[in-house]
Amino acid sequence: MIITKQKDKKTILDYLKNDKNIFITGCAQCATVCKTGGADQVEEIKTLLEKHGKVVTGTVVIDPPCHLVKSKKMYQQNKNEIQKSDAILALACGDGIQSIMEGAKGKKIHPGLDTLFLGEVLSGGAFEQKCLLCAECVLDETGGFCPITLCPKGLLNGPCGGAKNKKCEVDKTIDCVWIKIYERLKDLGQLQEIKRIKPPRDNSKRINPRKHTLEKK
Amino acid sequence: MTFKDALKTKKFVVTCEIGPPKGINVNKILDEAESFKGRVDAVNVTDLQSSVMRLGSLTMCHLLKIRGHEPIFQVTTRDRNRLALQSDILSAAALGIENVLVLTGDHPVRGDHPQAKPVYDLDSIQLLEVIKLLNSGFDMTGNALDGKPDIFAGAVVNPGADPIEPEIIKMEKKVKAGAKFFQTQAVFDTDKFADFTKRIKHIEAPVLASVILLKSASMARYMNDNVAGISVPGHLIKEMESTEGKDRVNKSVEIAAKLIKGLKGLCRGIHIMPIGWESKIELVLDAAEL
Repeated sequence: MIITKQKDKKTILDYLKNDKNIFITGCAQCATVCKTGGADQVEEIKTLLEKHGKVVTGTVVIDPPCHLVKSKKMYQQNKNEIQKSDAILALACGDGIQSIMEGAKGKKIHPGLDTLFLGEVLSGGAFEQKCLLCAECVLDETGGFCPITLCPKGLLNGPCGGAKNKKCEVDKTIDCVWIKIYERLKDLGQLQEIKRIKPPRDNSKRINPRKHTLEKK
Repeated sequence: MTFKDALKTKKFVVTCEIGPPKGINVNKILDEAESFKGRVDAVNVTDLQSSVMRLGSLTMCHLLKIRGHEPIFQVTTRDRNRLALQSDILSAAALGIENVLVLTGDHPVRGDHPQAKPVYDLDSIQLLEVIKLLNSGFDMTGNALDGKPDIFAGAVVNPGADPIEPEIIKMEKKVKAGAKFFQTQAVFDTDKFADFTKRIKHIEAPVLASVILLKSASMARYMNDNVAGISVPGHLIKEMESTEGKDRVNKSVEIAAKLIKGLKGLCRGIHIMPIGWESKIELVLDAAEL
């Protein structure tokens, strides 16, 4: 799940200061779960903009905006409303926003959300980052806890020595993931996994922008 | 005698450390270093300790070296990627600085530039392996060096880590990666340190136990709350608390000397961390009869 947070209203209104007519897009997937760009939030933003003298030419919740084909289809289905607008306000992640921009033939677009991380959905509206999209998964050697993400230093060869009461030196509210990895591998009888020296990572696999194409069978 | 040679003898080895200034006025610290010249086997120079921006460790090591000191260049993996780390180690060797202490380094968020981008391209173990390669005449992608260094690399261990087993596993990995000596995180409890030495009997690399100069009770409390890996026990905080004014220096020196005497039979040497009280190192050496 891509975790997003709505930008504050003042910032959104500031982005739109030169635009009178606005088309609003939401996201039926991640941003709906995050309550940042679902149907309800699109309606709330519409009301806000109208209160500030804007004309909302139309709204749509795309399922999902990060799919370029869907974004292009959305444009075809809402062409009139989008052409009547001065700009699109997109309640989607950074990927979704760019896909909408391309789908809408380069129409001026403003982001309504900040994209935070790839995360796990917990109960009570909480989300936690568990994967950094590092392109070189190490979970097989670390008992299923990711040190690249959960250790702020991204260490591969064991704890930094800075933990106190098993808490991380960077953030006392989080557990030292290396102590968790050690405890889990000890329980599993697999401590040999952390006794091996892990070589440096190949950062050339993480040069942005990344691309991936499915192999043809 | 070089630090490396001193560790080969039977003598009790003594090192201390200095923190470079924030700025370029180096005279004060160099004058203070004169006070312990010849009385310590080597002087560590910290590398932006606690992630606070200062004058660089390598420059300070060079300034010490040309004044006849034996420096230990501390290198953290926090601020430099693998290109810069290898290059700085070659630079040190070209300046005749061959003792290197490898550390991961405190996270920038704990320092005075919390907005900085942390690097950690390599970790301490990986850097030790890279140094081994440089010593053999190759960089880490296998390119031959025109002139190879002869780095004497060491590493850090925290005897107070809890749980201790992952710390010892990491220490074993550091030895395998090429660590030839260890300097510990600050030790405050000789009994606990004795337990630690029993757990590392199989490790042959010499261990120098570190002793911090406690300046005051509030400094001890501050370190407990803010300095990674340090836990000052309550009874020492109380001892400092009940001491006032000028007596604080004497008390601090007394605590450090007592610790050093207690640790003497348990390790290969001692490392004194003055944390700004470089001028008091001499007093500690006198009091500990070193």
